[in-house]
Amino acid sequence: MNAQRRTTVIAASCLIVSFAACVMLLRHVDKIRPPALAEDQLYFSSPKMIRRASLGFDGLMACIYWTRTVQYFGHRHFNGEMSYNELAPLLEITTALDPELLPAYQFGASFLAPPPPHGAGEPDRAIQLMEYGIQHNPDHWQLYYNLGFVYYTELKDYKRAADAFERGSRVPDSQPFMKVMAALMAEHGGDLLTARLLWSKTFETAREKDIRENAIAHLRALQVDEDVARLQAAVTDFGERTGRLPTSMSELTTAEHLPANPADPDGNPYLMTPRGLIVLEKPDDFPFVTRGLPPGYKPTGRPRFHNQS
Amino acid sequence: MISRIAYIASNTFREAVRDRVLYNLIAFALLLSGAAIFVGQISIDIERLVVVNLGLAAVSLFGVVIAIFIGIGLVSKEIEKRTLYTVLSRPVRRWEFIIGKFFGLAGTLVVNTSFMAIGVFAALLYVAHKFSRPDALIFIALYFIILEFLMICALALLFSSFSTPLLSAVFAFSLFVIGSFADDLRGFAELSHGFTHWVAAGAAYVIPNFSALNVISAVAHQQPVGAQLVLSNTLYALLYTTVALSGAVLIFERRNLK
Amino acid sequence: MAAIEILDIEKTYLVGFWRKRPKRALQPLRLTVEEGEVFGFLGPNGAGKTTTLKILMGLVFPTAGTARILGREWTDPAVKAQIGFLPEQPYFYDYLTGHELLDYFGQLSGVPASERKRRIEEVLSLVGLTDIKGLQLRKFSKGMLQRIGIAQAILHNPKLVFLDEPMSGLDPLGRHEVRDLIAQLKEEGKTVFFSTHILSDAEALCDRVAIIHKGELRGVGAVDDLTSSVAGKIEMIWQGTQIPASIKALGAECHVSGDNVRAVIADHQQDAAIDALRRERIRLISITPLRTSLETYFVEKLQHSQTTAGKRA
Repeated sequence: MNAQRRTTVIAASCLIVSFAACVMLLRHVDKIRPPALAEDQLYFSSPKMIRRASLGFDGLMACIYWTRTVQYFGHRHFNGEMSYNELAPLLEITTALDPELLPAYQFGASFLAPPPPHGAGEPDRAIQLMEYGIQHNPDHWQLYYNLGFVYYTELKDYKRAADAFERGSRVPDSQPFMKVMAALMAEHGGDLLTARLLWSKTFETAREKDIRENAIAHLRALQVDEDVARLQAAVTDFGERTGRLPTSMSELTTAEHLPANPADPDGNPYLMTPRGLIVLEKPDDFPFVTRGLPPGYKPTGRPRFHNQS
Repeated sequence: MISRIAYIASNTFREAVRDRVLYNLIAFALLLSGAAIFVGQISIDIERLVVVNLGLAAVSLFGVVIAIFIGIGLVSKEIEKRTLYTVLSRPVRRWEFIIGKFFGLAGTLVVNTSFMAIGVFAALLYVAHKFSRPDALIFIALYFIILEFLMICALALLFSSFSTPLLSAVFAFSLFVIGSFADDLRGFAELSHGFTHWVAAGAAYVIPNFSALNVISAVAHQQPVGAQLVLSNTLYALLYTTVALSGAVLIFERRNLK
Repeated sequence: MAAIEILDIEKTYLVGFWRKRPKRALQPLRLTVEEGEVFGFLGPNGAGKTTTLKILMGLVFPTAGTARILGREWTDPAVKAQIGFLPEQPYFYDYLTGHELLDYFGQLSGVPASERKRRIEEVLSLVGLTDIKGLQLRKFSKGMLQRIGIAQAILHNPKLVFLDEPMSGLDPLGRHEVRDLIAQLKEEGKTVFFSTHILSDAEALCDRVAIIHKGELRGVGAVDDLTSSVAGKIEMIWQGTQIPASIKALGAECHVSGDNVRAVIADHQQDAAIDALRRERIRLISITPLRTSLETYFVEKLQHSQTTAGKRA
């Protein structure tokens, strides 16, 4: 048995060592491969052609393209890219192959419409995609939701948003808040409450990690906006009462009967500039805020979402 | 030891050559490359693109078919037909037999690919009327395709050492298809959670990663391929081949021949 | 040095759908073959002859036991250079010609290139295969395949040759030639171990034989010793279909065929049997001494095992 045992030992160790090395190599190869993935995949950029090429395995191809879409956006977003040219075609191909792939529409609503670096900056194409989805899935309230979402967040067209929510509320099995949203859109389009409700609902109903993180980031921004607005109003009141600016945050909070040490959602204290402006300590951590940005602030590096630190 | 492996390899090569099926497949691939020329005539400016893409895809696909077709029978046919008895009664170790068969099949494919490559370059010359510097990149694509073949041969041999030809063909071909979508499998693993994630991630490492070796589109668009990538891919292909061959050796060493 | 020493080699297969049922192909086998002898390994089909040979060749792994060939462990690769093997109903690469096959096998056996060509011609003429240049093996007849099988077994001049049913597929002339060949191998000092179920061949060629049946060794020894161990028998044929009780009591094997009875009795019981027939007034047709042969020994050994098996069952 000697020769056989020797061969067994050598072959077994070859197998194990080579396999381990393979795994390590694959990870290395991943990093050095050219990122020309999207262009390769869109060599056939016509959805019809891909449909034919799928040989009937449309569903499978749709899944594959969906995976690629998420990868494409995820990687580029992580690297802080400023263009997402292939996002729309990828989504269009995915939905052409499988019009009932609902997550694709929600992804499109969240990331096709907003401007770079958080999205592709193509709200019209997003609207097109939503309407295509509605056409093929008229009884799914989520698609009307997505449509209204795009109108509200990017196009700021509150009337059309309200219409979308209204249409969606009439669908059987629609969620009750669709009617609420429709009403809010119509009357209180610009209100903080409306925005908060929308983003909360988006967070609740979404399963995609990127979409949820995006919703959280918006909610945090809304919180900051509200806090800063309140603090700024307090500064104004202080000024009207005392005729001067408060010397410190603690003086302000004591005088205006506000909770001491106001902090942003991360726990960092709000700061006050010598000119009485309320600002964030770390504005980079809060994409989407409209208030509390230091004067002359420019966003640096990659956008950072809540979970990535 | 080396000489015995070489003898077995050359005999395997001889068997492949005398197997008339091989000639048909080569002719078929050449025919396909010819078709590429006609497709190119339909539109201007992209004939080169079409010829390179179609030609290399044909080389790849037909080579895989040949590798699987011959590879699956390499061991099982010999056991079935009992031609193995008189070979193993000689001072030939079982592992030498496996390795020799592998080199014979790999050699067959290299020769086969060379002929097909001549066809591709001939078609390219026909449509572009001359060669340009970036055309040298085609050699890299071909080299990667040969690396793919090595991996497929090793896998076919692995399956042949314990399974029937039909099942081996199914397994090997499935692995080829899944391996071509390896990137997507990795992507899917990243998207999923829990049990599915671990299964998908594990599978993504076990299957042969052919997406990494596929630079056909890049070469068609005349994009350069980094030297580091060439080196890494070479190493990966050799290591993966070693894994499959080690498996084949381990299985075959233990097999009771009927 | 013994050429072959089989030390308690046994083989059990697991059969059935779940591979759970054990099937004993070989009971623990203990056998020694001396250098320079022609050894016959006899038994009916399915007895375990081929299994034993496959184990010795390393094609099948024994469940237990070891063996030594030419002084080394049977799994030692160096052993293979000194042995030749002809399998039962051999099959070779049919796309090669006879010359190519022998060349290939010569390469694998380590025959130097300078000698190979000459040696190939030598063995081809030895086995009587001339005029096969350029003929692919797929066109060979059964007899021709058998001959080239023998050729490849002796090509590299091995000390020990294993032949599994070397006569199968050959016409009487061919069998005669193979017999001569084996005799010649013996003259060259080689050891020949061959298995067969044709007893007359074994009788003519072998120095010693072993008989195996249902995986178990039934007897080993020189042919002469074995045949003489079977007592001389007499065959008596008498008219009628009556079998006297006294003859039955002698333990005779009686067989009625047509209107005669044929009985086989022991040599020394002859007189008692004749007396019994005369008492019953039965007409005796013939008395013939039976030729003691290996066949007799063989049949008796096998029958014995049948009855023993019957008793066990």
